[in-house]
Formats: sequence, C-alpha cells, structure tokens
Amino acid sequence: MPMAQVPNWIPAAPELFIAVMIMALLMFGVFQKHQSAADEVRTAGYVSNLSVTVLALGILITIAFSGDRVEIFNNLFVTDPFAVFTKVLVLIGAGVTIIMAQSFLVRHKMARFEYPILILFAVLGMMMMISANNLMALYLGLELQSLSLYVIASFQRDDARSTEAGLKYFVLGALASGMLLYGMSLIYGFTGSTDFVQIAQSLSKDAADGPGLGIIFGIVFILAGLAFKVSAVPFHMWTPDVYEGAPTPVTAFFAIAPKIAALALFMRVMIGPFGGLVAEWQQIVVFISMASMLLGAFAALSQTNIKRLMAYSSIGHVGYALIGIAAGTEAGIQGVLIYLSIYLVMNLGTFACILCMRRGDQMVELISDLAGLGKTHKMLALAFTIFMFSMAGIPPLAGFIGKLYIFMAAINAELYALAIVGVLASVVSSVYYLRIVKIMYFDDVTDSLDRPVEKSIGWILTLSGLFVVVLTLIPGPIMDSAKIAAASLFAG
Amino acid sequence: MIEALAFYMFASITVAAGVLVISVRNPVHSVLFLILAFFNSAGLFVLLGAEFLAMILVVVYVGAVAVLFMFVVMMLDINFVEMRQGFLQYLPIGAVVGLILLVELAVVVGGWHISPEVVAAGAAPTPDAASVTNTQALGQLLYTHYVYLFQAAGLVLLVAMVGAIVLTHRKRTGVKKQVIADQLARSAAQSVKLVKVETGKGI
Repeated sequence: MPMAQVPNWIPAAPELFIAVMIMALLMFGVFQKHQSAADEVRTAGYVSNLSVTVLALGILITIAFSGDRVEIFNNLFVTDPFAVFTKVLVLIGAGVTIIMAQSFLVRHKMARFEYPILILFAVLGMMMMISANNLMALYLGLELQSLSLYVIASFQRDDARSTEAGLKYFVLGALASGMLLYGMSLIYGFTGSTDFVQIAQSLSKDAADGPGLGIIFGIVFILAGLAFKVSAVPFHMWTPDVYEGAPTPVTAFFAIAPKIAALALFMRVMIGPFGGLVAEWQQIVVFISMASMLLGAFAALSQTNIKRLMAYSSIGHVGYALIGIAAGTEAGIQGVLIYLSIYLVMNLGTFACILCMRRGDQMVELISDLAGLGKTHKMLALAFTIFMFSMAGIPPLAGFIGKLYIFMAAINAELYALAIVGVLASVVSSVYYLRIVKIMYFDDVTDSLDRPVEKSIGWILTLSGLFVVVLTLIPGPIMDSAKIAAASLFAG
Repeated sequence: MIEALAFYMFASITVAAGVLVISVRNPVHSVLFLILAFFNSAGLFVLLGAEFLAMILVVVYVGAVAVLFMFVVMMLDINFVEMRQGFLQYLPIGAVVGLILLVELAVVVGGWHISPEVVAAGAAPTPDAASVTNTQALGQLLYTHYVYLFQAAGLVLLVAMVGAIVLTHRKRTGVKKQVIADQLARSAAQSVKLVKVETGKGI
C-alpha cells in the first residue's frame, strides 16, 4: 500500500493555529476551578484576553504567510491575496467585538469562558469559507460558522428574547443550508465536480450552446442560500428579530464578521466557478441588491429600537456591497472590498456607542433614549454623529469613499438603473441616520445615560472615529491592497 | 435471479415500512417500522457491494438514532393524534405543491446534458473493487484526499458538543453527589452510636 504524503499545510497556517489554540483554550477553561461565580468571571476574563491575543497573532500569521495563489489539501483549500484581505477584516472585527463584550457579559451575569471560544470557532469557520475552493469545503466552513452563531445568539439563555433569536436563526439557517445543498448537488450533477476550478472549466466547455437549465437551477439555489447568509432581501426576515433579541455585543459581532465572510464567499463563488456565467446571474444579483437597498432605507424609517435600526441598516449596506458584485468586474470587487473595510470600522464604532447606552446598569435600546446626549456626553455624541454621517455617506467621511467606488464600478459596468436606485436609497437612508443626530443634539434631556464610558470602549471609539475621518486624506494602503486582492480573485 | 429477488424483497419492505412510519397511529410502532426500514436499506447497501455503509447504517441508525427516537417518543408527552389533525385539510394544497415540484424536477432532468470529458474528470475515481475492500477504499480517500474535510467535520461536531453544554448545562445547588474520599474517610466512631436500651422501654 502506498504511503500518503504529508500534505503541504503551510498556507493553512492561520487556520491551523486558531484551531489548535481553540482546543488549548477550551482545555484551559474547563480545567480551571469554578467554585464561585467570581471564579467563572475570572476564567472568562482570562480566556477572553487570550482569545484576543490569538486573533491578533492570527492576523500576523495570515499576513506573514500571504503570497500568490496556492491550492492545498487536494485543491480543497486556497489562499490568495483576496483571502488574506478578507480574513484580516474578519479577524479584526471578531477581536474588537470580543473586547467590547467583556464588561457587558460580566454586568449581565453571563461571563462564561465559552463565549470567546464560540466566537473563535465561528471565526475559524469564516476563514475556511473564505478559503474554500470546493463546494464541500464551502459547506463545512459555512456550517462551522453558522452552528457557532446559533449558539452565541441564544447565549443569554435565561432571556426569552435571546433564546427566541437563537431558535429563529437556527430554523431559518437550516432552511437556507438545505437550499444551498440542493443547489450544490445540482451543480455537482451537471458539471461532474465539486471543485471550483473544474466547475469553471466544464461550464466554459459547453458555453457554445449556453448552460443547461439544471445549471441555472443550481446557481439560483446557491444564490438563495448565500443571500440568506448575507441577509439580502428577500431572505432578510430573520435579521431584525435576531439582531434585536441577541445580546448587544453578539449583535455587534453578527453585523460585522459573518457579513464580511459571507460576502467574501459570495464573491468567491460568483467570480470563481460561475465567473463565465455573469450574464446568467447578474440580473438576480441586481434584483436582490436593489430590493435590499430599498427595504433597508424605507423599513428603517419607522424603527424605534436602535438594534432593529442597525439590522435594517446592515440589510441596506449589503445591498450596496452587492452592487459591486453585480458589476462582476475587477473594479466592482475592489469596490466591495473597500466598502467592507469601511463598513467594518463604522459598525465597530456605532456598536461601541450603542454599548454605552445604559442607565442604572440596564441597557436601554430605544432611539429616544439618546435625547440630549449632545449636552450630557459631548464626546460620545460627537463620535456617534461622525459614524452616522459616515453611514449616510456624507462626503469628507469614509462612508462616502466606499459608496463612491461601488457606484463608479456600477456605472462602468453600465448598470445605470442600479446606480440610480442606489443613490436614491442612500438619500432616503440618510434621513434616519440624521434623525439620530437630531435627537442627540436638539431634543431635551429626559434622563441621562450612565457615566463614565469604559476605557476599552473609549479607545475603540477614538480609533474607529479617527479612521473614518482620516481615511479620505490617506486612502492609499486600503485602496492598493483591495486592488491586489480583487485582481487575485480574477487571476485564479 | 436470486439477487433480483432479494432486491425486490428489500426494496418493497423498505417502502412499505416507510409508509407505515408516517401512517400508523401509535408513535412507538412507527419507530419500530423505522427500524425495519433501516435494516432493509442496509440489505440494499449489501446488494450494492457497500458493506461498510450497510454496517454503519445498522450500528448508527438502528443502534443509536432509533433508540434515541424511542426515548423521545416515550419520555415527551406529545399528543400525536392532535398533531395529525388537519392533515386531510392540508392534503390538497400539499399535493399541489408536490406535483409542481415534480414537474419542475422533470423539466430539469429533461434538460440534462453533460459533456463526456466531465464524466471522465470525476473528483475521485473509484478503485477496482477486486483489489481493495470498500472499507479500505473509503479510508484511503477519507484520510488522504479528504483529510481537510474530515478534520473540519470533526470541528463541527466539537462545536455541537460545546454548544449543547453551553445552552443546557447549569450548576444546580443542593445536589447530593457521591464523594468517594469522604465516604472512605468516615470511621466507625463518626457514624455508629451504641445505645444502652433498657428492657421494656423504647429509646
């Protein structure tokens, strides 16, 4: 019997490192003495700090082992600059949300060491999704991510809303996985392979008489499953309920890391195996993009709960990101990557602000609770204002650059209708972003929020605020790396 | 000839048992029919030459899953008769949906065309059945070509385990646990008391 060779695992070093550290941290947490509640809080603190370190080292390893496109593990796993770029975004998002969560978890008596570990599991799943080069690898990464997210959503298990959020997310997520799998099986049946490169090859072979009906069916089902994971209309129903019900730091994590990973997967699947069929899937992506932008803009107008508002806002942002994918060009993908980096920072800042909304150690979630913030918390209100202006896409701030690149890509790809709808939706959505600013500065103080703002959250606010303001002046690094990343996706 | 007979026997019993699973009134009977269906599908796998899958089906599905169902059916107080009410009411619309799906599937399958190169480029060609047993063939693929997927599946299971513990395990106060060290440390002097009882009187 021939001996198998040890696979070349070096390109997968970040994933392997995180996987090994997860198990080490799990053992560390389990074997600590937990005699009192204080012990548990202490262990949770240790594990949470260590997880942030692991994620930071993960970023270093990801960058250190970055290079040209390499396929390993029998072509199941691929690394390229695109994967490196999106993985770094996911790792930053997850690390910062763990830091933000620490004091919230202690205050709500749910500081348990499993929380950062489940986040690490989700991050590992996301990295596997981003690096997937095969339908099977894609599915396993996606399930690893989703299962961890379902558990984190209902982490506050004594709270009915949190459990409801977890259950809803689970049931609808399972449905989406089913659709995705059905689509994959059709694609496998009609192309004879689950490998992305081979699918692309076999699709290009029968390009002469157009793809078969079965292929189109498969793509539609895969698109439906992916659209659910990025919460694009019409598969967005779960988003407001899950975002509102889950504990606030969990909502922050949901709005950032899984969105980025799922959009990265969306790009990899659409440009990779189905890159030759742009004409077939473009109209679908254009439709879900328009619908997401419009729903995100109009449904958010009547919201009173800030977490629900952020849910609709994130649906809208996914709509904008999908414009770049719909363009199907290198410039479009570069635009999406820039948009996602800015989206990451804006959301980190906004959720840091939302985590400061407490009164007498209780979280308050109504937008009206922000009344008079401009008088009582000057700096917090200033930061909140910057993020809201940036989300609305008002010129000197980062949000504007993101939208600019996306719309330019759409116009260059001659998707004029999509660009026009995007600009109109952007105008409508600025109404509710600016309403928050108006409430903070012009409404009367009813009851002041707690002081002072925690130190770690203060730092997050300062750094992300600076990023949003300064990016226009020095956009170089992000633009360049996004360009390289986008180019690598098309080279494969 | 005998093979064809065996196939029809296994296949017809599987289908009949499957129908009975959803149609009998008593949930315990329906689990038993499920087990029958599993055994017969295992027989079908043997006929196909997939002994490993056949054995896994018996060990995992009959041994673990069906027994678990039995526990759930017997321990939860669910009124299945009530749950099945309205079945007839929803039957027409269900049938329509099923019919539409069937027509759609027929259309998709009708458009089936695969270039011959695609068939040749199978992801992992099956080894010659005469040279390796199918357990060995599975193992050779699973632990070499697909080792990444194998490990990833392991991680998914680990998440499921951690998740189940996180969501359901709680520390209960006042639970009496057996501590062997404490039991061994007890001496006769601590636990036995000699009392002098006078005749004709109680304690």
